Amino acid sequence: MSKTYETVIGLEVHVELATKTKIFCGCSTAFGGAPNTHTCPVCTGMPGSLPVLNKQVVEYAMAVGLATNCTITQYCKFDRKNYFYPDNPQNYQISQLYLPICRNGGVEIETSAGKKVVGIHEIHMEEDAGKLVHDEWEDVSIVDYNRSGVPLIEIVSEPDMRSAEEVIAYLEKLRLIIQYLGASDCKLNEGSMRADVNLSVRGVGETEFGTRTEMKNLNSFKAIARAIEGERARQIELLEEGKPVIQETRRWDDNKEYSYAMRSKEDAQDYRYFPEPDLVPISISDEWIARVKARQPEMRTEKMERYQREFGLPAYDAEILTGDKAFADLFEATVALCGRPKKVSNWIMVETIRMLKDNGMDPDEISFSPEHFAKLVELADEGAVTNTVAKEVFELVFREDIDPDAYVEEKGLKTVSDEGALRAAVEKVIAENPQSVEDYRNGKEKAIGFLVGQTMKAMKGKANPGLVNQLLRELL
Amino acid sequence: MEDLKTKQKNVISDETIEYVGILAKLELSDEEKERAKRDMGEMLDYIDKLNELDTDGVEPMSHVFPVNNVFREDVVTNGDGSEATLANAPERKDQGFKVPKTIG
Repeated sequence: MSKTYETVIGLEVHVELATKTKIFCGCSTAFGGAPNTHTCPVCTGMPGSLPVLNKQVVEYAMAVGLATNCTITQYCKFDRKNYFYPDNPQNYQISQLYLPICRNGGVEIETSAGKKVVGIHEIHMEEDAGKLVHDEWEDVSIVDYNRSGVPLIEIVSEPDMRSAEEVIAYLEKLRLIIQYLGASDCKLNEGSMRADVNLSVRGVGETEFGTRTEMKNLNSFKAIARAIEGERARQIELLEEGKPVIQETRRWDDNKEYSYAMRSKEDAQDYRYFPEPDLVPISISDEWIARVKARQPEMRTEKMERYQREFGLPAYDAEILTGDKAFADLFEATVALCGRPKKVSNWIMVETIRMLKDNGMDPDEISFSPEHFAKLVELADEGAVTNTVAKEVFELVFREDIDPDAYVEEKGLKTVSDEGALRAAVEKVIAENPQSVEDYRNGKEKAIGFLVGQTMKAMKGKANPGLVNQLLRELL
Repeated sequence: MEDLKTKQKNVISDETIEYVGILAKLELSDEEKERAKRDMGEMLDYIDKLNELDTDGVEPMSHVFPVNNVFREDVVTNGDGSEATLANAPERKDQGFKVPKTIG
């Protein structure tokens, strides 16, 4: 009797903005300070303190809204969301309910099911809460308010997604847009991007939504995909057994691959929002919107197009290089130093990506300088070092950001193009490999490859391969 | 107006006062509950009076003063505030506020 079900998913994505200071006070947002060092009376909710809005927060929120095709709410304001929790010293969070800064947008995603637009219901500005750490020795929690008041935007999508694949594509799209804008680094594992998944199921063809649950604690794309599969299965099982799905918040446990109900009924979600009296409204003029728009950096589509036009790169290269802002930044900085865009592209697409994979690193963890990278590309392209040597030197550039010129000089790794030295090596190889010489003379063209290889080996990889080839043919 | 004079005052139920108490994290004695019910009823009566006004087409006002756009620049102005902040901690541990175990 098995019925076919459709999964309906909407996301609430919180993004920590890349401002230097908190949303309402001059405390630093730097990551990793000792507990409570980045706090003041405002972000710890002391009576009598007054919040003052960080202008950069408004501009980042507008920038994200414009890049996701939203309408900017030109008269917008903040509201108070009331709740008690130890991570929130004010006993309310300053957020936006009635007039969020951006509304009615959307982004296009592409999956195996084709292209579609995921609608964005709204984007609002709010403050983050403090951090609770559970003590290892005592049965207590320790509260650090350094994060209290760090600016967030919450991007609320429409319930437009139907699969984990679409959800990941949407998140990747948002992340790329926001990273390009420089509005956040969007790291899921560090919490600067956090996604809550609202999910319900319904029979295929039904038009009414099923009862949804909200899942929290998802800190990787993999965890999100697993949580969606797990929750979909749980809800279908309930429905098949004739039991209702209860609207509730659930916490995903990625180790156990199961979600647990977080809040009981007694803990009613009654936030009693009201307009925030300590902050005056924001009035956004057409001119202000135009200024933010004019400052928007080049986004991925334009960059892809420009890389092909300006640097003559194949579409495939342009797509890979613009797929992560770290690659695009590295590419542009390096090409500015040494030109040779296609060579630089190859070094990023092959060796750099290989090293990242081998070391389990993300592109934004690349730590070598474009200066040293550019020198390496030049050395390899000019034939000053052989390919083999260049790859070895690159690994050191990647790991330790060494200066390739100095290193190659110091270790004597320059390609040997001295004909006398090469001729001697080639003669020796010919003398030592009579069988291969015989094979070549009998017309086995492949045998010369072996002899080139032997010569390169004898020269520790530093011989000019073109010259070795030429000498071999001459001497045979 | 006739209606209003004869209209019964707002009556707050025991359930409502219990619920509001939970939301506000307050434990009230029976005597305090009765007083709170009376006070809240009177407040709602006053709101009813305001509701008599025809406010169709009037923008809701959230602020008294016609002031918009008060901003600060994104510049760090505060230094290490941990001592002042922690001075208010009933108990502290490892530079943090020590609270009963709370699971997020």
